[in-house]
Amino acid sequence: MSGDRATEALLDVQGLTMRFGGLLAIDHLSFAADREKITAVIGPNGAGKTTVFNCLTGFYRPTAGSLALHRDDKELRLERMDGWRIARDAGIARTFQNIRLFAGMTVLENLIIAQHTRLMRASGWSIAGLLGLARYRIAEKEALDHAREWLERIGLTDRADHVAGTLPYGDQRRLEIARAMCTEPVLLCLDEPAAGLNPHESHELNQLLLSIRDRYRIAILLIEHDMNVVMGISDRVVVLDYGKKIADGTPQDVRRDPAVIKAYLGEPET
Amino acid sequence: MDLRGLVKEAALAAFVALIVAIPLAGFDLSQQGTANGAQIGFRPSWVAIAVVTVFVGRLVIGLLPRPQRRERPPVVSLFIARHQRVLGLTGLAIAIVWPYLPFSSDYLVDLATEVIIYMMLGWGLGVVVGLAGLLNLGYAAFYAVGAYTLALTSAYWAWGFWEALPLAGVTAAAVGILLALPVLRLRGDYLAIVTLGFGEIIRIILINWQSFTYGPNGINGVPRPTFFGLPLVARAPRGGETFAQFFHIDFSLSQRYIFLYFVTLALAIVVNLFILRLRRLPIGRAWEALREDEIASRALGINPVGVKLSAFAVGALLAGFAGVFFAARQSFVSPESFNFQESATVLAIVVLGGMGSQLGIALAAIILVTLPEFGRDFAQFRMLLFGAAMVGIMIWRPRGFFSLRTPSIRLGEDRPLVEVPK
Repeated sequence: MSGDRATEALLDVQGLTMRFGGLLAIDHLSFAADREKITAVIGPNGAGKTTVFNCLTGFYRPTAGSLALHRDDKELRLERMDGWRIARDAGIARTFQNIRLFAGMTVLENLIIAQHTRLMRASGWSIAGLLGLARYRIAEKEALDHAREWLERIGLTDRADHVAGTLPYGDQRRLEIARAMCTEPVLLCLDEPAAGLNPHESHELNQLLLSIRDRYRIAILLIEHDMNVVMGISDRVVVLDYGKKIADGTPQDVRRDPAVIKAYLGEPET
Repeated sequence: MDLRGLVKEAALAAFVALIVAIPLAGFDLSQQGTANGAQIGFRPSWVAIAVVTVFVGRLVIGLLPRPQRRERPPVVSLFIARHQRVLGLTGLAIAIVWPYLPFSSDYLVDLATEVIIYMMLGWGLGVVVGLAGLLNLGYAAFYAVGAYTLALTSAYWAWGFWEALPLAGVTAAAVGILLALPVLRLRGDYLAIVTLGFGEIIRIILINWQSFTYGPNGINGVPRPTFFGLPLVARAPRGGETFAQFFHIDFSLSQRYIFLYFVTLALAIVVNLFILRLRRLPIGRAWEALREDEIASRALGINPVGVKLSAFAVGALLAGFAGVFFAARQSFVSPESFNFQESATVLAIVVLGGMGSQLGIALAAIILVTLPEFGRDFAQFRMLLFGAAMVGIMIWRPRGFFSLRTPSIRLGEDRPLVEVPK
């Protein structure tokens, strides 16, 4: 069902189920993420949002269901791929709820490592690189320019040679997003990117995410608790509760949905 | 702390001293007068002296004003970091003129050869432990594979040093990959235990496979390197010429020592440049990324299996080369040269040098190899002195000599070096 590209979703999740022993973390979840759109996954704590991400990016193998990514007229079945292949071949990049930078390395090195796949190829699996061939030097210069562009965008050019672990929290969040973008993904998965940010910083984050969507024309999948971010930039919102989807639609629809209000606020007393 | 607490603490220390002193200093083996052989005597006075010394010492330390603990800027490390190139080249210059210095002797040249072999081992293990963060306690196994490759190829097929050198590297790297395959899932302590076991397995195979490896007797007459086919020996083999005859000079043993020294030095330089370059390549950055955060590396499309295998293979390759030099230097190999002590020494060099720093490892190799030599006058207290020196160094520089990391790539060379200890 290759279909025509315009109507087909980039990511198509069907009947995703994840069971940890006796705990059913995700129960038959189906949703889609469209191209060039921001899709938010929200829900109360413990609803299974991060588990969905971990299934998507290959950290967990789902108990059942299919995760299909449509790229270049091909369908990639993510549930059958290793995590690093999902990042390399499917082009899914992610950030983590508790930031996972290479804390002992510099900001610039973090962004260069993200371009590992391309650089590794250019270095001829290290042989051309060891010999110092021009091919590798050019590729490295390109990688450096790419990193410089992102440093500029997240405002960290002056700190490029600082150790990443010493950056303020907000900068680390943005650096992690920039690092994910340096892998040149088709789908960017962000796990609570606004957590711990002040209102000003979370406003900046909104602008950054919108500019990523519009400039690089990629899809963003986002887990978030900060409703300013979710309602402000999402094109579509999927609401989970106890591993089940309870709502799916535009931010306006979801905001009025009685099931969502009930999940977040509880039932009104009668 | 009040006086009562101090006395209590001192008493506790004295109690520990008592337990330690009774078996260590309390008994005395002597041959006094009788024909019955040795006698075991008990020396309560020695024990008492030890206990009192510890008690008083602990009390005095407690009473002295406590120095204010504050984070000192890493002066030494920053100095080394800023002048790495100059320091490295100075060291290289000294190494080149070393055999021709006025005080130089065959013994000192031979000792320097040993130091350089350990430097190579340190640099090799530095890739595995320092860069990739994979704790390997069986590194001597790869060293043994290199040494035995030379010894066995010469014993069975009469191969020389130069033919065996590349083969030894390849064999050791292959063994490294073979070991790495089953342990890819392991990290930290678990990995350390498996590698420790692997190191012992190789040694035990070498001891027990008598028909092939000549067992615990070892292999004699391991060939030394030749100078473009000219052996450095007193008498030429049939139909050949020696180095001395070819250049119309008198043969002396010094030539052999100096030649091996320079060959070792040359390969060490190659190894050093090799690692420096690898560190700046994607593979080197992937090693470090893996050390920093394996999960994040995977999320960026880095294959952890390939990265770990390559780190093990490169480390083993270099150990294989070093092993060939070891065998050639001694002209003899036996399994006992590759016991756990050897792995521990190399690991100590890496840790003492500061994980993954070339210059620090070189310095640590010099100190750890020459220190026991200085101690020779102290006879049975030699290892005690060695241990005390190690403890002292680790108190003085807990992160090793060189605790700063040089970034593999920088945006601006003119920017100030901003580095923070790991």
